[in-house]
Amino acid sequence: MAEQRRLRLFRGTRERGELKDYTVAAGEGMVVLDAVHAIQAEQAPDLAVRWNCKAGKCGSCSAEINGKPKLMCMTRMSDYPADQTITVTPMKAFPVIKDLVTDVSWNYEVNKRIPAFKPRKPDAPDGTWRMYQYEVERPQEFRKCIECFLCQDVCHVLRTHEKHEQFMGPAMLVRAAVYEMHPLDEADRRDHLRHEGGIGFCNITKCCTEVCPESITITDNAIIPLKERVVDASYDPLAALWRKLTG
Amino acid sequence: MAASDLQAHSYDVVVIGAGGAGLRAAIEASAQKAKVALVCKSLLGKAHTVMAEGGAAAALGNVFPEDNWRVHFRDTMRGGKMHNDWRMAQIHAQEAPDRIKELEAWGALFDRTPDGRINQRPFGGHTYSRLAHVGDRTGLEMIRVLQDKGVHSGIDVHMECTIVRLFVVGGKIAGALGYFRETGRFVLFKTSAIVLATGGIGKAWQITSNSWEYTGDGHALAYEAGAELIDMEFVQFHPTGMVWPPSVRGILVTEGVRGEGGVLKNSKGERFMFRYMPDMFKGDFAETEAESDAWVNGDRKKNRRPPELLTRDVVAKAITKEIAEGRGSEHGGVLLDIASKQSPDFIKKKLPSMYHQFKELAHVDITKHPMEIGPTIHYVMGGVRVDAETQESTVPGLYAAGEVGGGMHGANRLGGNSLSDLLVFGRRAGQYAAGKRGAPPAIPDAEVEQTMREALEPFEHDGENPFAVQSALQAVMQRDAGIIRDKAGLETALSELGKLKTRARDVGTTGSREYNPGWHTAIDLQSLLIVSEATARAALERTESRGGHTRSDYPDSDEKQARQLIVIKKEADRMAVRREQQPPIPPDLMTLIKEGK
Repeated sequence: MAEQRRLRLFRGTRERGELKDYTVAAGEGMVVLDAVHAIQAEQAPDLAVRWNCKAGKCGSCSAEINGKPKLMCMTRMSDYPADQTITVTPMKAFPVIKDLVTDVSWNYEVNKRIPAFKPRKPDAPDGTWRMYQYEVERPQEFRKCIECFLCQDVCHVLRTHEKHEQFMGPAMLVRAAVYEMHPLDEADRRDHLRHEGGIGFCNITKCCTEVCPESITITDNAIIPLKERVVDASYDPLAALWRKLTG
Repeated sequence: MAASDLQAHSYDVVVIGAGGAGLRAAIEASAQKAKVALVCKSLLGKAHTVMAEGGAAAALGNVFPEDNWRVHFRDTMRGGKMHNDWRMAQIHAQEAPDRIKELEAWGALFDRTPDGRINQRPFGGHTYSRLAHVGDRTGLEMIRVLQDKGVHSGIDVHMECTIVRLFVVGGKIAGALGYFRETGRFVLFKTSAIVLATGGIGKAWQITSNSWEYTGDGHALAYEAGAELIDMEFVQFHPTGMVWPPSVRGILVTEGVRGEGGVLKNSKGERFMFRYMPDMFKGDFAETEAESDAWVNGDRKKNRRPPELLTRDVVAKAITKEIAEGRGSEHGGVLLDIASKQSPDFIKKKLPSMYHQFKELAHVDITKHPMEIGPTIHYVMGGVRVDAETQESTVPGLYAAGEVGGGMHGANRLGGNSLSDLLVFGRRAGQYAAGKRGAPPAIPDAEVEQTMREALEPFEHDGENPFAVQSALQAVMQRDAGIIRDKAGLETALSELGKLKTRARDVGTTGSREYNPGWHTAIDLQSLLIVSEATARAALERTESRGGHTRSDYPDSDEKQARQLIVIKKEADRMAVRREQQPPIPPDLMTLIKEGK
């Protein structure tokens, strides 16, 4: 007989909910999402959970496993001692819709307001550009983002202080960084990042970098360089003048 | 049903599905000044396109200047076993380069050539290195670029909304009814133009690279609306899915592994693909390991491609045969080895997500050890029959683009041709759908109410668990309508599907209407049953083997059935099947295919 594993899942809605215990038969290589699916298929068909690819590529199955923000599809059951109950709860930084599903629509609203990509004039008469591998590699790191929003979930500005109105969060800073560091882009997002995006709220605790399932160096490679750009633009009149003159 | 339960919207164009095809269609319709709704079953940006790994095929000629649309067209037709809609294959090959360049103008960051242009990688069935790519996460790049372009185009996005019915009034599209997963409440879209971009049907099988969404909704909606489906017997088994551990069985391993030099071996350590060269491709591929290695190491002018890069149907069948004849690996697959061909740095750089996937999910380091792989359901070539130029189906006002559309790929799709397909035909569908705008016919209230009542029926029953019925259906399709088929198996599948239809009618669900996966599965079952039956009926009708359709009782291709379509259409309450000869390929294109010029 297969090994039995105990899971404790949040069941409920925004208004009320509780942790409920379940037991599932664990198979070799099973991930937490498999266990949740087994519970759904056999014991609780109305158990709400988001998922799509089951391979760490779509960022749908974000939750908190024993309190740690993780993708359920990339967390193996065998990472936890067999006699331990695994607790799965929804992301805390977003309102619960039901069970393990949260309302992440706020992220989409924030993204919509980031000034759009604006490329320079094409480099070649056929309307194409020339970019080199070393130039594209920097923004390519940020494009690895699968929008799982685990970095938003762990960020204390959002999670603890609930500054959703004032701070766009690490995921959306990464999104802005793609275009800010895009070799072709000519738009200026510094004002947006400073005022509407509230980049100053980030105090570089690097929790976001630690939870990123894509290993994006969010703080060092995206947020700090963006902060520097914003600071340069806002507080250094000489540099601002120089940029104006030289374009 | 209380009227307050129903939200209603009016749009010029409603796009159902928000993967690459849907997004591209919505962007185009919006560019034509249409008021556009984009309806997605999941959150925006999570559609299947996001999982596409290898790249998008387009004859840009950046790596091989001798590449052009003619070569791409020829490769596509030969890969499709000459069964493709030739005009779609031609349009696709001609327009793909512009669609890729356009993505760059919208912010896409493809990998580069040394001289700063879009780099292109080799892939199965393509004569030249042709796939624009970003490591092994090309789909993610594409969907994010399209997503951002879309949200700045003024498109209304309706997320986590499943469409359950299309309304046709007086022979024309009038609207669609769906429900929001979050609330379980219904929404009515009134429109005279609908673009289906719902993807495929892979959830009808057990071993699949497809997610919960892929239940053939678009195929089924179109069928119920009276549209014709074609080529439903042609289902692509991707040769390389993960096989171990059991929980990851079916997850895709990109063809890019072979494109970058990975080789297939059986349990005896033999590179078996040299033994499976089809006559059609003799002379195009390396015949020795030395020649193959030289090609992998960069000498591509003097040497031919490794046989691992044969088309997917050929490779999948070869693997199946090796396993069946007892030369499989420990867990019933074969070995895919790149560790002995490339350096760890190269592998991590070119195939980062494969490295990650095997390390995390299988505890295998692919820079040191081979991967265990086997065929997995990946893609359906068949779909809604459309006009090649406009993508309009046989129902006026109903369009289909991407995987849900039929014809483009014939009997077998080449890797990389899907990402370019969805851009080329997504754009065309959006363009022509926008031209269809106008006041839609009124939808009778009674039809809307009846649809809502039927959708809610599982709440009235104290019946069987819908997940149990879904898994029984998957078992039937895997066993009786899988990679190798025969008459007896397909007949069994049809009779089993008949019984499952009754079981599906009686499933029950508990809990509330809010985010209730049991209920969603009960509704999706209706689509799964239609596409499964269509696949089984078409597969039974086609008494030959060709591309993605293999019959053990008819192992060879039959010239008499060449370019014959199996057409499926709803007639009264019956699924009618008929054959139709496709129009001949024009002589100049025929010469091009045969002689390569």
